[in-house]
Amino acid sequence: MRETPSVSVAIVGSGGAGALTTGNLLLEAAGTAGWHGFLTRSVGPQIRGGEAAALIRLSTRPVECPADCFDLLIAVDWLNVDRFHGEIPLGPASLVIGDAADVPAGITASGARVVAMPIKDMAKALPDGRPNMIALGIAAGLLGLRREVLATLLGKRLADKGRAAIDASTAAIKAGFDAAATLELAVRLPDPEPDAASRWLISGNEATGLGAVRGGIRFAAAYPITPATEILEWLAPNLAKVGGVLMQAEDELASINMIIGASYGGTPSLTATSGPGLSLMMEALGLATAAEIPIVVVDVMRAGPSTGIPTKSEQADLNLAVYGFHGDAPHLVLAPQSVADCLFTTQWAVFLAEALQAPAIVLSDQFIGQARAAISRPADVAFIGRRLAATGLGETYRRYALGGSGVSPMAVPGTRGAQYTADGLTHNEQGLPSGSAADHGGQLDKRRDKLERFSYGDRWASLEGDGDLAVVTWGSLTGAVREALDRARADGVAARLIAPRLLSPVQPERFAAALRGVSRLLVVEQTHGGQFHRYLRAHYELPGDVRAFHRPGPLPIRPGEIHREILEWRS
Amino acid sequence: MSTAETRACRPADYRSDVKPVWCPGCGDHHILLSFTRAFAELGQPPEQIAVFSGIGCSSRIPAYTNCYGFHGVHGRSLALAAGLKVTRPDLTVVVASGDGDGYSIGGNHFLHACRRNLDLTYVVMDNRVYGMTKGQPSPTTEPDFDTALSPGGTGVSPFHPLVIALASGANFVARAFSGDLNGTTGILVDAIRHPGFSFVEILSPCVTFRPDEKEWKGKVHQAPVQATDDPGRAARRLMTDDGFNVGVLYRGSRRPYRPEFGHAGVDVGELEKEFAL
Repeated sequence: MRETPSVSVAIVGSGGAGALTTGNLLLEAAGTAGWHGFLTRSVGPQIRGGEAAALIRLSTRPVECPADCFDLLIAVDWLNVDRFHGEIPLGPASLVIGDAADVPAGITASGARVVAMPIKDMAKALPDGRPNMIALGIAAGLLGLRREVLATLLGKRLADKGRAAIDASTAAIKAGFDAAATLELAVRLPDPEPDAASRWLISGNEATGLGAVRGGIRFAAAYPITPATEILEWLAPNLAKVGGVLMQAEDELASINMIIGASYGGTPSLTATSGPGLSLMMEALGLATAAEIPIVVVDVMRAGPSTGIPTKSEQADLNLAVYGFHGDAPHLVLAPQSVADCLFTTQWAVFLAEALQAPAIVLSDQFIGQARAAISRPADVAFIGRRLAATGLGETYRRYALGGSGVSPMAVPGTRGAQYTADGLTHNEQGLPSGSAADHGGQLDKRRDKLERFSYGDRWASLEGDGDLAVVTWGSLTGAVREALDRARADGVAARLIAPRLLSPVQPERFAAALRGVSRLLVVEQTHGGQFHRYLRAHYELPGDVRAFHRPGPLPIRPGEIHREILEWRS
Repeated sequence: MSTAETRACRPADYRSDVKPVWCPGCGDHHILLSFTRAFAELGQPPEQIAVFSGIGCSSRIPAYTNCYGFHGVHGRSLALAAGLKVTRPDLTVVVASGDGDGYSIGGNHFLHACRRNLDLTYVVMDNRVYGMTKGQPSPTTEPDFDTALSPGGTGVSPFHPLVIALASGANFVARAFSGDLNGTTGILVDAIRHPGFSFVEILSPCVTFRPDEKEWKGKVHQAPVQATDDPGRAARRLMTDDGFNVGVLYRGSRRPYRPEFGHAGVDVGELEKEFAL
């Protein structure tokens, strides 16, 4: 048994068989034990009765991407497992456990070691025994988790179901542990490393909600859409706790306009959606740009175009977010790079939107949004939205006064002597409609300058490593690229990571500085058309040889694929 | 009212010095006057009032007042105003729209604003034509109205906004005529004072593209009966009236939508506790 820095486990079953519950409990137990972990779920589009898989990766270090191969697959049952074939890569070192009958051909073809175990019959032999709890015991036993950790967890999670349910599950887990004692996994995770920070269990969408509230958001408008709904469902009760409110809208046209109206009234406001909703919001985002109303829109990207694959990830809303506005409309676009970074990036987006009186789009995606991770508690940051306010009752109030930083004081309704009409029409400094070339040009300059003159600091990008080869990526792929570069370094290849968190406004000087000494550049993204590659070419000088590696969803890009690209280039 | 002092309020205090873009003789000039008179009668200082609108002739009204205003995108004024009202219940919020902005592109928001029943007043300045784009048929245009966009007429029955408002849950429904300054002013005061979503349709002739509407002055008449609080009775009356019946037609007693806002009980730092393992 060899020690590895991470172990990957897949728990599969038909919908309702409890594979996802098993996965969540396993992640929580591992997190409690001190490991880091990452869980993605794969489900069919059906609400119930489809197939489900919990895909978990555990490590002694932070986990931000899937592994290349699964070490362990446990089938609660085999129904429809073939549908996950592409998502659960197995190899000869993998261990597969399930009922002997019906092992799918795709599984046996992988060369994995298949161990027949009558999980259903084992469950039937126990009073109220559930197969998914047997599977949990097997997985925990093989990973070396202590049974006491699971016992404590069950006590917490099943408290409302009563003693009998806890006892039944405990017995099933013990049966799984006993079965696991007869087996051996090819790999072993070292003991958890001590960590000064406490451990959190959180999804990217929850982290986005928390970041929003920490940044100062107190109003959210909501229209449900997969895979963004969990942000709104987290905000609904939590905004209320801190004196805010969430209101459900009749459609995305309403939700975007509601947050503009609320923000005009002085309340930092946000909505969350996915690609189809963002498409509907574009007109009003232009209004927020022209009227200089701070708002934040989170787009949890899914595979498109159109309805696409709502439950699968892609990075293909980049063009829409950056270029989708009509007219010249400078605005902010930011992208979180991991589950934990959803917290920081959303909080920073609120801060920037409020400071710059501009709309900010946060491009999260299904992969990190719906992933659940055991992470170290992220460090606190001081970014809290603050708006430059007008005091009123002086000389004639000019809401859109030119000059200086380009940010002009914004009156909160109720302020006497500072009444103004916010307008999507081209306006003069006072805010009154104007068709003059001077007013049009002056206000266009103002809105560009305020974004370009602002100092965004080091958080604009993740810049790591050095060498003449740079891998440039963004968003949720940052983790996979980071891991690929770690492996390349172990192979003796010096390479650096460049992952901009701030996608708009572009940062030509900072990007040029990050590229100093680079002669080869590999662009990695999850799109079909290479949107990020084209964006880089449009806005930045790219030195030397440039290669692009891009692929659409629904399958995640794994670190091994990127590692291979790097190695192939060397030879 | 956030200011402790009491100021004398005259209609002129609510009027900005911006010259309207409306044609001479347009009914909207009178509606602007009614707005300022109603605000003065209510005695609410201008900084405590917000006038929101969408796009079209009607929607130019915010900048002509001296209140806080928002001239937003086409059809979305009710959503814009809902966000403001729910977070700033202290403000008086009046939304201005037209028959194209409010009933066509903004139709869905109309239904849901009635249903949501926030305490705001929705004024639709209905001239049965798109004026700003020069004379196309709107949802309240007669089916045989001949235009360049609909030669020979649309052949489509007009929308019945007051019935739809009632059916959707509006808490106050009235019709006014722009030419009747006192009547319109009184209805606006009443609408703003009434809790919940108040819907006021104001017939406002377009003298440029609908010169026939100059005759409305002779057609309008006071509603022959008192306002009812029975939506069924109000609906029956409205379904059979001639469209020129002015006055308050329905006065409901539904509780306005007002989620608690601004009563912070929990420190933001507490929210992370649910994530700790």
